[in-house]
Amino acid sequence: MTDEHSLYGPLEDPAADAGHQEHPPRVGFFTDTSVCIGCKACEVACKEWNDVPEDGLDLLGMSFDNTGMLGASSWRHVAFIEQERPLGRQDPGLSDLPTGPSAAEHTAEVVADGLRDAPRGGGELGTEPVDLGFPSFELPGAGTGSETRTDFRWLMSSDVCKHCTHAGCLDVCPTGALFRTEFGTVVVQPDICNGCGYCVSGCPYGVIDRRPDDGRAWKCTLCHDRLRGGLEPACAKACPTDSIQFGPLDELRERADRRLEQLHEAGVGEARLYGRDPEDGVGGDGAFFLLLDEPEVYGLPPDPVVPTRDLPSMWKHAAVAASALLAATAAVFIREGRR
Amino acid sequence: MTDDEPLREPRSDAGAADLHAPTFGAGRDRHDDQGVVADSEFRSYYGRPVLKPPVWEWKVPAYLFTGGVSAGAALLSAGADLTGRPALCRAGRLGGFGALLASSYLLIADLGRPERFHHMLRVAKPSSPMSVGTWILVAYGPGSGLAAMTELLPGSLRAMLPGRLPARVGRLAGLSSAAVAPALASYTAVLLSQTAVPAWHEARRELPFLFTGSAAASGAGLGMLLAPVHEAGPARRLAALGAGAELVAARLIERRPALETTAYTRGRAHRLRRASEYLTLAGALAAATVARRSRPAAAAAGLALLAGSALQRFGTFDAGVASTKDPAYVVVPQRARLNARDGQHRHGDQAE
Ligand code: SF4
Ligand code: SF4
Repeated sequence: MTDEHSLYGPLEDPAADAGHQEHPPRVGFFTDTSVCIGCKACEVACKEWNDVPEDGLDLLGMSFDNTGMLGASSWRHVAFIEQERPLGRQDPGLSDLPTGPSAAEHTAEVVADGLRDAPRGGGELGTEPVDLGFPSFELPGAGTGSETRTDFRWLMSSDVCKHCTHAGCLDVCPTGALFRTEFGTVVVQPDICNGCGYCVSGCPYGVIDRRPDDGRAWKCTLCHDRLRGGLEPACAKACPTDSIQFGPLDELRERADRRLEQLHEAGVGEARLYGRDPEDGVGGDGAFFLLLDEPEVYGLPPDPVVPTRDLPSMWKHAAVAASALLAATAAVFIREGRR
Repeated sequence: MTDDEPLREPRSDAGAADLHAPTFGAGRDRHDDQGVVADSEFRSYYGRPVLKPPVWEWKVPAYLFTGGVSAGAALLSAGADLTGRPALCRAGRLGGFGALLASSYLLIADLGRPERFHHMLRVAKPSSPMSVGTWILVAYGPGSGLAAMTELLPGSLRAMLPGRLPARVGRLAGLSSAAVAPALASYTAVLLSQTAVPAWHEARRELPFLFTGSAAASGAGLGMLLAPVHEAGPARRLAALGAGAELVAARLIERRPALETTAYTRGRAHRLRRASEYLTLAGALAAATVARRSRPAAAAAGLALLAGSALQRFGTFDAGVASTKDPAYVVVPQRARLNARDGQHRHGDQAE
């Protein structure tokens, strides 16, 4: 691979690019959200294995999602999205029941309104709980007739650090705390990180964050310790439906392509892969996904680009501005000298 | 159907009745000064931000300001030294070093683990503007400090040294810091734009000019504030030039036809930057006119320029933070990019 692809574009072997000579194949996650049942075993297994501290026990009013988003102390996050439409050709079994529309739309409004007043706009974990007017004593759907019966599907997706081929967090880290491992993953060394916070703004996915009481940045390590011991990461191990699949990235990509084809044949036309494409803005993700709706619905950026793509051009602009400053200073004195 | 190109995130739900259904909060229209785009025009996960807002607080924009002042003052004092303006030189050296001390404090105090600040020195990493900036400061600091020291040398000590030695050392030290000063003034622009923060990244072409202009204006403002009128001629001209660059660059950012840069024209960022423009403009006009004759007027103009530069930094910082808190700044431009790339406008039902 050419040098220019060190910053942006497809890169065959990020571990070698980072200087690992003899190294195992690049590994990653393929998260197939079409089989996720939202059990959160991954969240729990991750916390247990990695000794990640508790970060607020709140009811967020976002369906069954009370984690909110990825952060310094949530390295797996299961998103829950309620939609009034069927999943593929599935029958949600609601047609004989006196069910009204789900509360999804209403709660989404309440949550979005509440977030506006949160200190970091909801960018923190465990945002304040919101009042949904529960408990209520009415039967769900009481007072509405069959005309309000709706289709329903539940999208669940376990989000994680993408272990980008071109990782914004890694590129900007000034201490070398973030590094590319022999497995091609991206890991923070807690004994090096000085909490400068640059990585937090460098990540185009909003994954890594600083732990307020600890001052250092934390995120998924893809269980670097387990990998070195020949084990698969804790979340993949715990996932009961194999929604989270771990393995060499090449193999996962093939498997994902087959699964996508299968779903399209089964009539789930909305299935799509996210982060699979090595030609995308981050050179492809080490952890990629099969989604059933647009990425932004899951809180993922639709077309992320590593900021480093523009680094050469940014330094050029800065050099021009710096030269102009020097020239201007010289000019103001030279004119005076002539007088 | 796009089944034949499965990797490009095909959408088969165009026209679905619930395309905009339960995945955003529709309440935004009720506070329309807060959202850039009505919620019905883009989708998000419960209105949550996609990005993490910067963890940096006021100390980082304050550093952007003090670093700029220090760089501008170092350049000015080197010129003053070479053209025989001792008072302007002294003002620049002392003010520049003072600003550098403030910068170091702000940079270290903003770390999550301040006692580990020296970990910045264990690597030199060209892809990290913060690492580059660390080494710029390392190159800049000694010259700035030594030059200030020679200004502070007590008379008794000065008498013991061979006649021209302090002046020579001061000149060399001052020149060495002035040589690095343009880098110090401009790297902070790359520091901000080398992030996923939409407003900063989108303004990456203008920010270096905004920041060097602001550094020149504030450094020169310091000179006008501290040096007598008859020596401060170059400071007044540099102030006018710097202020001009700052004002033009600030306007260019606002005129960029992108959603991301509307963050600069809304809310607190907007108010700070407007106040900055007035102060900078007033300072520059005064520098070109009354500040040539009256010391109080020169001091007032200098203060206005300093304040204008500081507010510009805070406004720029604020715009970036705001652009991470609202998912619209991330989702809308990226979605538009995707749609344009696909050459299909299946999102044409945006304007409901
Ligand atoms: S840039 Fe973000 S998603 Fe990519 S490796 Fe870093 S933290 Fe993970
Ligand atoms: S906070 Fe830590 S990991 Fe993140 S960029 Fe700074 S030193 Fe690196």
